[in-house]
Amino acid sequence: MSDDYVVSEIEKDYILTLLDQGKRIGGREKQEHRPIKFELNFVETKAEGSAIVTLGETKIIAGVKATLGSPFPDTPDSGVITTSAELSPIASPYYESGPPGDDAIELARVTDRAIRESHCIDLSKLCIVPGKYVWILFIDMYVLNADGNLIDAATLASLAALSTTKIPKVKINEEGEPEVLDEKEVLELDHYPVTVTSYKIGKHRIIDPILKEERIADCRITFGFDEEEHIVSAQKGGIGVLKPDELVPIAKECLEVSKSYRAELLKAIEEFKKKGN
Amino acid sequence: MAGDGSVKLIDEKTGKRTDGRKFNELRPTKIEVGVLNNADGSALIYMGNNKILAAVYGPRELHPKHLALPDRALVQCYYRMSTFSVAERKSPAPSRREREISKVISDALNSVILTKDFPRTTIDIYIQVLQADGGTRCASLTAACTALADAGIPMRGIISGVAAGLVNDTVVLDLHDIEDQKGSGDIPIGYSATLDEISLLQLDGVFTIEQFEEAVKLAIEGAKQIYEIQKEALREKYAQIRAEFAGEPEEEEAEEEDTMEIVSQSLAESEASVDETAIDEAVASEETEEKKTGEKTTIEIEEVSEVEEVSEVEEVSEVEEVSEVETDEHQDLVSDIAEELNEELDEDEKELEKELNSLGTEKPEENDDTTTTNTTESEDDETEHEEINDLEE
Repeated sequence: MSDDYVVSEIEKDYILTLLDQGKRIGGREKQEHRPIKFELNFVETKAEGSAIVTLGETKIIAGVKATLGSPFPDTPDSGVITTSAELSPIASPYYESGPPGDDAIELARVTDRAIRESHCIDLSKLCIVPGKYVWILFIDMYVLNADGNLIDAATLASLAALSTTKIPKVKINEEGEPEVLDEKEVLELDHYPVTVTSYKIGKHRIIDPILKEERIADCRITFGFDEEEHIVSAQKGGIGVLKPDELVPIAKECLEVSKSYRAELLKAIEEFKKKGN
Repeated sequence: MAGDGSVKLIDEKTGKRTDGRKFNELRPTKIEVGVLNNADGSALIYMGNNKILAAVYGPRELHPKHLALPDRALVQCYYRMSTFSVAERKSPAPSRREREISKVISDALNSVILTKDFPRTTIDIYIQVLQADGGTRCASLTAACTALADAGIPMRGIISGVAAGLVNDTVVLDLHDIEDQKGSGDIPIGYSATLDEISLLQLDGVFTIEQFEEAVKLAIEGAKQIYEIQKEALREKYAQIRAEFAGEPEEEEAEEEDTMEIVSQSLAESEASVDETAIDEAVASEETEEKKTGEKTTIEIEEVSEVEEVSEVEEVSEVEEVSEVETDEHQDLVSDIAEELNEELDEDEKELEKELNSLGTEKPEENDDTTTTNTTESEDDETEHEEINDLEE
């Protein structure tokens, strides 16, 4: 896989010729994603919530930790969510260790935007003492194996992790200070946003590329959707450009794919809950 | 972060927004170019209460060298908010938001700059938000692209940035700070009017596909208006330069001490006018033609000056004529006259050629004191060091 990072001209030609014939490496359709596997609550004893998502060969683990902290001054009665992502050498020989680079920051922020803007977490429920104590949810993602389409996989992973999240109950004692109890309650999710990224290669558009396809793409655009078919986030990336009249067709294509992603996610969550979690 | 849209921001009766604008109206926008002396190109944008400065250096040598790209220039953009630009003091360390915005702006600019013309170099764009009033990334993109044009960096077109958003379920253009915070969605867009291309697009909030389509259309209309403002700002600078030189040449003529001085003066002027056309045409995305005319005139003028170096007063006075006409008239005339001159000089040229060769062809230095900061190769050490510090940071 690591050899896919640098794509030779001849391979690029091959991929483009295949696309001209309406085909892709691996025999998928242009708008067909790879098989998805969820391992929910992987970090079962320490993390508040966690999940490993495997999308084709791309693998990402997301974990949720909750700590008591103070709210932002402009939103005293809202909890806080922060998202981070790490692209460490564990995922690819082309990643370097060290502080997050621009790609990791973008990955985290695009995921964050979909979660935040869809209002899938009711932040007011994370408030304990307005202006003083709120829950701060850290959603941290580590890419374990990079084989293209990290953004979609990351959003699925963080949503899956959030769906398994249980937050400790809190009692306010006589001094007005919070006391964290052992008992936990499930974090309710009001929406299940997913992101779908469309990659433009020449005149073609594909979703869920493998690394080789991603590396030769001109640009990408990511749309986040909630289940009511609203667009909740978007991000164009890469140095290519989009024509204005392409945008709505791309959005509609992505919307269709988002339904498939969400169905897989909800199926996994349902199975997880059936097992008594 | 978009709010829930519950705050009333549009008057139901008049349809006016809190600052009195209609849904499709831009904030008052003004751009000044060439506002910084040391940068190769610069622009200051006023968009509503936004005040944002952009400076461009390059193409120049890249440090550390291993970052260099073998086939094109690296475009590095640094978007930074001043600590005092927002209500609550911002920490001076670059935030993740700033780094993401830097990335999307540099991706957008990368799509129009002819980076393949400058392999192994870097083009650095520094954006400093002095006062923020919502929509800073769009205003920054506009300023950055105008500064690139001011630096004379060849581009396929000019990008204009503007946002459209959702306020009280109405799609509106160019959100200000309060609309940005309390409205229910925001779509910043980078759009090139001449190329009809979208080079930057982000979205947060909750939109239906129909609202998304409407907002993008509205933003594109806004971007077209901003493009006119950008063009105007660039034109204005060159009108100023022309005006500056309109009064000068006679004094120079009277002195006539050093012929070299006059030649370099005329060269500087012709360069200035060449650059002007370069930008006019880059704006019209006719870069091929621009290159041709640009090169042609420079070469011709050089020839003239070379001939002049070894010859006597006759040619000198002719060169002066060139400089006089140039200052008043359009650059086209420069090339015409230079051509004429060339024809006249053609005969002498053959004789002089031998002489020239023996003397060696010295290129006249361009030590002009004009305000044109367009010479792309100007690199003083200090700015280089600053650059390195930035990278280390």
